[in-house]
Amino acid sequence: MNAGENMRTRNPLIHVFSPQADRGTRMAAWVVAAMLLLVLPHGLQYFGNAWVRIADLALLYVMLALGLNIVVGYAGLLDLGYVAFYAVGAYLFGLLASPHLAENFAAVAAIFPNGVHLSLWVVIPLAALVAALFGALLGAPTLKLRGDYLAIVTLGFGEIVRIFLNNLDRPINLTNGPKGIGQIDSVKFFGLDLGKRLSVTDDYDIPAVTLYYYLFLALVIVSIVICTRLQDSRIGRAWMAIREDEIAAKAMGLNTRNLKLMAFAMGASFGGVSGAMFGAFQGFVSPESFSLMESVMIVAMVVLGGIGHIPGVVLGAVLLSSLPEVLRYVAGPLQQMTGGRLDASILRQLLIALAMIVVMLWRPRGLWPAPDHGRVLEEKA
Amino acid sequence: MDILLQQVINGLVLGSVYALVALGYTMVYGIINLINFAHGEVLMVGALTSWSVIGLMQDAMPWAPGWLVLLLSMVIACIVSAALNFVIEKVAYKPLRNAPKLATLITAIGMSLLLQTLAMIVWKPNVKVYPTLLPSEPFAIGGAVITPTQVLILALTAVSLAVLMWLVHFTRLGRAMRATAENPKVAALMGVKPDLVISATFVIGAVLAAIAGVMYAANYGTAQHTMGFLPGLKAFTAAVFGGIGNLGGAVLGGILLGLIESIGSGYIGTLTGGVLGSNYADIFAFVVLIIILTLRPSGLLGERVADRA
Repeated sequence: MNAGENMRTRNPLIHVFSPQADRGTRMAAWVVAAMLLLVLPHGLQYFGNAWVRIADLALLYVMLALGLNIVVGYAGLLDLGYVAFYAVGAYLFGLLASPHLAENFAAVAAIFPNGVHLSLWVVIPLAALVAALFGALLGAPTLKLRGDYLAIVTLGFGEIVRIFLNNLDRPINLTNGPKGIGQIDSVKFFGLDLGKRLSVTDDYDIPAVTLYYYLFLALVIVSIVICTRLQDSRIGRAWMAIREDEIAAKAMGLNTRNLKLMAFAMGASFGGVSGAMFGAFQGFVSPESFSLMESVMIVAMVVLGGIGHIPGVVLGAVLLSSLPEVLRYVAGPLQQMTGGRLDASILRQLLIALAMIVVMLWRPRGLWPAPDHGRVLEEKA
Repeated sequence: MDILLQQVINGLVLGSVYALVALGYTMVYGIINLINFAHGEVLMVGALTSWSVIGLMQDAMPWAPGWLVLLLSMVIACIVSAALNFVIEKVAYKPLRNAPKLATLITAIGMSLLLQTLAMIVWKPNVKVYPTLLPSEPFAIGGAVITPTQVLILALTAVSLAVLMWLVHFTRLGRAMRATAENPKVAALMGVKPDLVISATFVIGAVLAAIAGVMYAANYGTAQHTMGFLPGLKAFTAAVFGGIGNLGGAVLGGILLGLIESIGSGYIGTLTGGVLGSNYADIFAFVVLIIILTLRPSGLLGERVADRA
């Protein structure tokens, strides 16, 4: 064990999860963590459903950040237009689970008189597939590009998608333009409608936001499992080889073209699923939610947390997505203190900006960086 | 024909602004390999500073002619922006010079957000009317028109470019800058002070951005704390389009991008029979960019550098 790892695992809170801890402690730690995550929404509910909503959105962002981490963290391809895939997923669900298509297209109305309403089991794979297709589509022309050129092209792609969403209300009304698509179905599965509160007993019922929390939590856990497995797989190691040195990777016989395309498609599919869930959760999607700033925030989550390191990325996503919302509540008293000159939203933005700068200056490799960077060399020495 | 000429004029004016801003991006990139996301915000601060100065001057000395007010406000805007960019570099980028590249990028994004928020606090979030200081009767050229402000933009861009080229190619500082861009370590061994060169680069970039900001605001007649975003993004696109790190490329990229946008949005309606409107103008820039980069992965004038390990 090297010095760096020693220093990091000294934190007892993290240490109990690490493979160095003894088996019993580790099991206990995981069980406690799982219990806490399961009970969390019920605790938050006590303060109001708005807090549970924050947790829900944070989970969606965790999924987005995990997806982007595949592209940026593993394969080392800076993608500044990741939100496009989020948008693709959200609009896909928006179109397939709302009356919009049936209202605007006679052909669709003829087949589905009540509008298209797909179930969760169709939507998730479909969203992943369509977004992956878009990812490969974006990846194809960018394969030859180096770092910053790639960044600007992906940024352009994100903007193109947003502009199309904003303007495709004519000649045919596909996206309903800036007004967005509303009346999107909530998620239903096994006869359980997540959009309605669920009565458990007479005096206790679980509100919709909490039901969504469990769905998103499950999806996040699946995502983490997929990411971990990918990371240690042949493909994951190939991605990292490309990240470290593309020419050397090529020389070792890796098919860099297919691997890069796969990274784009894989990352995008996470964005697509997350987007579809966002659409269902909000019941409404509009181009406004998919601005460049959103892409930038997701990149910030990945980098701020610890690029290429799953716990770091999760931490970054939870912090950056919930911090602004939490600050909204904290900022109120401060606003009164400054005589209303600083209102809550301004203060929030100010603190986020400062946080981004300060954290990067203080920990350039992120809050919780990958410990195994250069491990092989150190072990040899 | 008139419409085409008019769109070409508009495109050149817009392109000049992009070119000025793109130079700042490209110079910084050439030297420290950083996409300075906060550069568009420097443009915004320049424009808003000049707006404040104009307001003060019109109160203090109402007799002053419009061009003098504009000129003075522009000088002050340049100084403020230069000082600001100098401080930004020292505070946010210098400590991270040996850190991973993405860390600096995130700091730059944070800086951009911070400046926008601070500007919103200082100048209030409303849209400000930028006063018309130059005569507004346009000159007619063969069926098209060009306003004095637009003439000034073209002239100022040409002068700024000439001065910059002289600075980069014929002065000691310019040589130091070129040397640092080529190879910072060797340049330092030859007695070039990298910190000095980097600061100078940021200051020069800020001056160009401030000029562009004042002109942009004067041309459109408005100024706001969010105004830096779009020109910043377009200028960055222009810099990459021309081949990032290459000064001539930034100018060429800026002007071409301006022309493409202006001509494209002028004709897209007629070409597609009214199906697609000028609201797709922004798409043009990006679509062309993607096509160009697919064909020439390092931009129009960019050198084909070998990938470094």
